[in-house]
Amino acid sequence: MNYIDNIAFAILLIIGIGFFVKNSKKIVRNIKLGKNIDRSDLPKERFNNMLKIALGQSKMVKRPIAGILHIIVYAGFIIINIEVLEIIIDGLFGTHRVFSVLGGFYGFLIGSFEILAFLVLASVIIFWMRRMVLQIPRFWNKEMKGWPKNDALNILYFEMVLMSLFLLMNATDNHFQNLNVGNPISQYIASLFQESSFTVVHTIERTAWWLHIVGILIFLNYLYYSKHLHILLAFPNTYFANLKPKGQFTNLEAVTNEVKLMMDPSADPYAAPDENAAPPEKFGASDVADLNWVQLLNAYTCTECGRCTAACPANITGKELSPRAIMMKTRDRLEEVGKNIDKNGKFIDDGKQLLNDYISAEEIWACTSCNACVEECPVNIDPLSIIIDLRRYLVMEQSAAPTELNSMMTNIENNGAPWQYNQMDRLNWKDE
Amino acid sequence: MNVPTMAEMTAQGIQPDVLFWVGCAGSFDDRAKKITKAFVKILNKANVQFAVLGTEESCTGDPAKRAGNEFLFQMQAMTNIEVLNAYEVKKIVTACPHCFNTLKNEYPELGGKYEVLHHTEFLKSLLDEGKITIEGGKFKGKRITFHDPCYLGRANDVYEAPRLLLEKLEAEIVEMKRCKTNGLCCGAGGAQMFKDAEKGNKEINVERTEEALETKPNIIATGCPFCNTMITDGIKAKDQEHSVEVMDIAELIANAEDL
Repeated sequence: MNYIDNIAFAILLIIGIGFFVKNSKKIVRNIKLGKNIDRSDLPKERFNNMLKIALGQSKMVKRPIAGILHIIVYAGFIIINIEVLEIIIDGLFGTHRVFSVLGGFYGFLIGSFEILAFLVLASVIIFWMRRMVLQIPRFWNKEMKGWPKNDALNILYFEMVLMSLFLLMNATDNHFQNLNVGNPISQYIASLFQESSFTVVHTIERTAWWLHIVGILIFLNYLYYSKHLHILLAFPNTYFANLKPKGQFTNLEAVTNEVKLMMDPSADPYAAPDENAAPPEKFGASDVADLNWVQLLNAYTCTECGRCTAACPANITGKELSPRAIMMKTRDRLEEVGKNIDKNGKFIDDGKQLLNDYISAEEIWACTSCNACVEECPVNIDPLSIIIDLRRYLVMEQSAAPTELNSMMTNIENNGAPWQYNQMDRLNWKDE
Repeated sequence: MNVPTMAEMTAQGIQPDVLFWVGCAGSFDDRAKKITKAFVKILNKANVQFAVLGTEESCTGDPAKRAGNEFLFQMQAMTNIEVLNAYEVKKIVTACPHCFNTLKNEYPELGGKYEVLHHTEFLKSLLDEGKITIEGGKFKGKRITFHDPCYLGRANDVYEAPRLLLEKLEAEIVEMKRCKTNGLCCGAGGAQMFKDAEKGNKEINVERTEEALETKPNIIATGCPFCNTMITDGIKAKDQEHSVEVMDIAELIANAEDL
């Protein structure tokens, strides 16, 4: 009898983890569709950033209420996972609370888990209320309709159920309750079952135990479809984030080469192009494969908290642009491209692209490049770099800048200033 | 007002200590020209050996780059770098955070490596070296709020230099709700200065000006000619132009000294 349990458990575990590994590989493959960018420099500084920002949550507490609640849920999530280790060992080998050999320390551990589980439950309920009762505006922007809203709620429900199951499992474990150490929360729940027969209590305990571990495996696999991937990707994302000043935009190397050639007096303008030369690189980005892999990692990491959008001057003043939506749309398109590859073995043109089909020119042109979104992001996502890459494509490949910007650029070209003034008048102010 | 050019200085065999990069706004915009002159007056007073490029200066290419025109940006950058390197320029100061950011961060890769300072940083160093003194004068006790230009603040982490200078004016500095790293853009960056805003329900400069006005200031201080324009327009939109002034830090210092 017991063997059937163990085998069933092992099969569940293999399926659960197997699916997760399979889907993780897809995520890695999709991220690698991006162009190369070197982020191997300054490993020490990068590692410190990861420790501080991802592990230490230093940017989360900028909004103290959400920040502290998040730290509770996050700490709970990590620490309670030690309990999952015990569940796995128990499940595979048919033991019961194998770590209880640790004696008093075990009581301390489980006791801490119970308190954390209770705090997580409370925090998650407050999170739910912030979304659904207080209706904090950043959770109700228009990009949050449908799946994004349900996704966020699903995660909260998952956490509520998992934490409740954990406490219920402890409460209905007669052996554990009789030890009466490490049950600071569950003892109160246990008192509800005093009248029940041993069989009933034991059945509830077993059911809660199984549902708890099955729930965890489902949740693990839910990540792939969800914004909740940030619990894993926040770490590489903060590690590989930009370390240069935020105002510094990349200089396109392909452009540098061409400009140098144009300015070289000894270059022969009529020289036949090298037949072996690679076709000229596309300037800027119109689809996800034109972005670099860090930008694509950013898209998978985004957990749609909307701090960026709440700080965006364009969004605050009612413009179409929402930096969060830029990240969400980039991920949506990337997933579509990924599915295309799954189906066809390689990407087959589907007549769609990130620009226009997902992100409109109106959104892109509303950006003031103020970096508020970049500053706000608790995991160092950079929506601005995507906006600029899309602008580059519009301007350099399609000459599709707004008319007024075209005049500004013509002025710079002709007289070295964005307005129509003669360069020879540049010092006139001195005598005015 | 003494404004030597690099060409004149070089002809005399003098290498100035610092190049004052005036920028397009500082050269052509009527409001920004006043900032340029105020800064020059301080440089003159402090006996700083500086020069400008004059007619040899050209747009850094910043608005083109932010608009996505990397070609035009790099054309401008390389032309400017040729001029700057020909004069063996080592140190640049500018009153425009956009020029500052571009020269400081984006020129080095293209061959233009200089020490670049925003004028508030430069003024602070003059103060530290005792070359200028700042006293409250007519700004003593005035309520001043400082609007952080995005390309000075978030883009380059310069928050303290402008505030330190304001403190020296013995003014009462009041911060807006969104300040420093949280500062709200004036609406001009990313080439927005040169186009109408997209459809929305409010202008960004009005949103920012309202926030500044909540601090009940006598003066809204800035360190950027474009922020200056945007907030000045915001003040006009709120009919406050007779009660609140928008001034650059360089103007405040020059005026306090009655230069």
